[in-house]
Amino acid sequence: MSSPLALEINDLTVAYHDKPVLWDLDLEVPAGVLMAIVGPNGAGKTTLIKAVLGVIRPAAGSIKLLGEPIEKMRRRIGYVPQHGSVDWDFPTDVLDVVMMGRYGALGWIKRPGKREKDVALQALEQVGMTAYKHRQISQLSGGQRQRVFIARALVQDADVYLMDEPFQGVDATTEIAIVDLLRALRSKGKTVLVVHHDLQTCPEYFDWVTLLNVRKIASGPMAEVFTEANLRKTYGGRTAIYSSINGAPNNQGLAKTAVS
Amino acid sequence: MTQAQIEIQLVAIVVAASCALPGVFLVLRRMAMMSDAISHAILFGIVIAFFVVGDLASPLLILGAAATGLLTVVSVELLQRSGRVREDAAIGLVFPVLFSIGVIMIARSAGQVHLDTDAVLLGELAFAPFDRLTIAGIDLGPKSLAVMLTILALNVAFIAVFFKELKLATFDAPLAAALGLAPVLLHYLSMALVSITAVGAFNAVGSILVVALMIAPPASAYLLTDRLSRMLVYSVGIGIITAISGYWLAHVLDASIAGSMATMAGVVFGLVFIFAPRHGLLAGVSRRARQKRQFAEAMLTIHLFSHEDSPDSAVECHKDHLIGHLRWPHEHAERVVNQSVSDELITNQNGHLHLTPRGRTMAKEWLVQ
Amino acid sequence: MDLSLSSFFSDYTLRTVALGATILGVTSGVLGSLAVLRRQSLLGDAISHTALPGIALAFMLTGSKAPLVLLFGAAIAGWIATLLIVGIVRASRIKYDSALGLILSVFFGVGLVLLSIIQKTPDARQAGLDKFLFGQASTILAEDVLTMGVLGFIAIVVVLLLWKEFKLLAFDPAYGEVLGFRTTSLDLILTTVLVLAIVLGLQMVGVVLMSAMVVAPATAARQWTDRFGVMMIVSAIVGAVSGIGGAVASSLTPHLPTGPAIVLVAGSIVAFSLLFAPRRGILWNWLKQRQRGRRFQEEAALLDLYALAQQHTGQSHSHTLGVLRAMSAAPAGTRRTLHELHTRGLVASDSSDGWRLTPAGFMEAEKLLREQNVRT
Repeated sequence: MSSPLALEINDLTVAYHDKPVLWDLDLEVPAGVLMAIVGPNGAGKTTLIKAVLGVIRPAAGSIKLLGEPIEKMRRRIGYVPQHGSVDWDFPTDVLDVVMMGRYGALGWIKRPGKREKDVALQALEQVGMTAYKHRQISQLSGGQRQRVFIARALVQDADVYLMDEPFQGVDATTEIAIVDLLRALRSKGKTVLVVHHDLQTCPEYFDWVTLLNVRKIASGPMAEVFTEANLRKTYGGRTAIYSSINGAPNNQGLAKTAVS
Repeated sequence: MTQAQIEIQLVAIVVAASCALPGVFLVLRRMAMMSDAISHAILFGIVIAFFVVGDLASPLLILGAAATGLLTVVSVELLQRSGRVREDAAIGLVFPVLFSIGVIMIARSAGQVHLDTDAVLLGELAFAPFDRLTIAGIDLGPKSLAVMLTILALNVAFIAVFFKELKLATFDAPLAAALGLAPVLLHYLSMALVSITAVGAFNAVGSILVVALMIAPPASAYLLTDRLSRMLVYSVGIGIITAISGYWLAHVLDASIAGSMATMAGVVFGLVFIFAPRHGLLAGVSRRARQKRQFAEAMLTIHLFSHEDSPDSAVECHKDHLIGHLRWPHEHAERVVNQSVSDELITNQNGHLHLTPRGRTMAKEWLVQ
Repeated sequence: MDLSLSSFFSDYTLRTVALGATILGVTSGVLGSLAVLRRQSLLGDAISHTALPGIALAFMLTGSKAPLVLLFGAAIAGWIATLLIVGIVRASRIKYDSALGLILSVFFGVGLVLLSIIQKTPDARQAGLDKFLFGQASTILAEDVLTMGVLGFIAIVVVLLLWKEFKLLAFDPAYGEVLGFRTTSLDLILTTVLVLAIVLGLQMVGVVLMSAMVVAPATAARQWTDRFGVMMIVSAIVGAVSGIGGAVASSLTPHLPTGPAIVLVAGSIVAFSLLFAPRRGILWNWLKQRQRGRRFQEEAALLDLYALAQQHTGQSHSHTLGVLRAMSAAPAGTRRTLHELHTRGLVASDSSDGWRLTPAGFMEAEKLLREQNVRT
């Protein structure tokens, strides 16, 4: 019995003010993978995430999550946004923010109760933030904020998780913690799609990758797809890439990855 | 027209022009609501100045009120800088408090002060001709006209002298500071000028019209041009149109002149908002429609291009397939096909679509970028 | 004026005004919190000003001056104005503050025109309309308070029902959108309720001052708490206190109009909160800073004396002020620090201006050293 595709995208085209941001994208993501979405700035990575979340309307194409159109599958998607998008001086604490992840399941008017609180505490445990549960969010560091967002997505108890640069600006400890978390999710059968900016760590953290630059350059298992040739196609030769990514030593003096 | 009518319109024109100039910078620097705050807080300044000077007609009232304007600005900034109050909340706190103090002081000294709070807020241009400026027994016209002409001159001079600095400070404050152009000093000078203008103007037209004249004409001008110098000129022009049309509206309706002018300010803005050639609503709608059409045609030509040499091109390049493959609704697909045909990008033979050379060029251009 | 409690309850006007002011305070406190948190503080100002043409039109069309009718007109006008503001910002490059100021002043101007037209009709009852400009709390009747109460009740019930939705809308609307809560719908509901809250206060404090009632209680409350729910409650209380305080002050003092009095009470509470609220208060922080500084100096002096005592092996050997000053990072305050320590029984002085540690001082110094070692 074949496992269903977590995500099936056909001919997805998204335009912003008549400039194409995503063009004719076909993508199939099997369930249970840990996939990196990689590409230069402006490649459409965040747009792809937003399209799957259903918050922007594509000009053409269709998106199916676990076999169903995404409009029906809102409850099955967890989301971790880029950290810059929130007012950190808002009067609320960590636990409160995490519980917000359950609001979708609660629906209109119903208030979160003990069950929601327990779920939230569990998630905080998973991200290692239990001690901070009543900390005012303005007092958190960048890495801690990221963990709170992840906990918030975890309580959504989704099947597919979308994360937009969760490693951006976090310290080394948090980075390791997040990777462990992602792997734990995968072992539970969840599918995790992560927009990732650091080519260095891609092969180590993820088992699938999609290379994106307005169009899909390549997508599939990391070993097959994450080749120098594909990377060059994606980044247009603008950035020098560590040739040892595929294990082959190459000392032509290429600099480390710097995605500008 | 009677002389009084002419004089009223003259005052109105000068007021509008004087308000439009500093208003341009308020709008560009996202400080439009400061005009609201300052023009309300002025009541406080006038009352204090009155208690000090004791004379309602004294020019010191203008200075006192102008100082209040600066006080308002400084208070708002202090609150903001404390990190505990946002800018908009700070504005919403400071001016009502000052205004309240002003109202209370007036109420407490009831009888001594003939300062009608209604007049402060609302003003009445119609009375302008009756308060005349006489020097050495010569009637030089309405006093408010003289005052406003001076203020207009001040505004024009300030902008003319500091144009480069103002331009830089408005659009790139850090750079201006780095170049040693003291944007902070400039900022307080311009705020002082806003206060002085507001004081002079409110006497004729009341606080609310000051706000309308400081924001609406510059906002309209903002939709008409991208250049600061043009924006200044257009604002003054639109302000003058507002003043004259407002006056005649009041004449026809026999209604409040200030209110009519504010109304016309809105009407003019509305017209510009809809019809402005590049930034107007209609222009935007037609531009977006054009872009959508181009984009759809691009998608069609690219789709045809990438499939025309493939083995299943007969299927892929069929009109009906568009609906399936590109997920286009039926009418949309029909429309795009017809448009593309009329634009000579494709030919349609019983549903089979073929690219023309022109269509192929277009597809290739799009693919390259 | 009889100040006793019984007179309070028997003074009809005062009771009515105070009750109305309380309702105003509570509603604007609650809704103001949401507006302030969403950086829409000045929207309150705009909605109050745009109420004027609504009031005038309502009168022109119905001929009635019943508050419910007028307030309905005000609400519709405020609502339309908000839609226009949002529309302008979305459809052009005009920014939010310009759109606010523009709509505010233009609508108000239209209101003035209508008022002046009404003024000329043989129906001289227009006089009652401009009390909305400045508020005339003293003319409030029991039925007006009833209207206020009903509107306020509706507003608060809506907020209570949509509590988590509004919290989400204020904190992270993008995430709310992802969860399935349409931001535009929530925004519309919140705007409607905000319009209700503002409109009900116009009779009391007038157009110009309503902005403060939206902003002040919320700003004050924010200084005292970091919790959303508590902030709303405190805000409501501050609003109510301002309302009652202003109403009472106004009735006790001759020639003190109610609206401004309420605003000044609210403003004072804000000032007090900004200065003295624990943890966020400006003066509070400054005092804490000084305390900490002094504590730090005391600890340093203790440790200096301890170090000296170690060198001299004699616990009773005393050291002059000069020596201690030389060792200190802040020599000027050394004498005072030593006196402070003396009061705490940690040092003793002898006749020749010498200072040494007492046994208690020794224990304290050793404790400090232990703590330092743990920390590093």
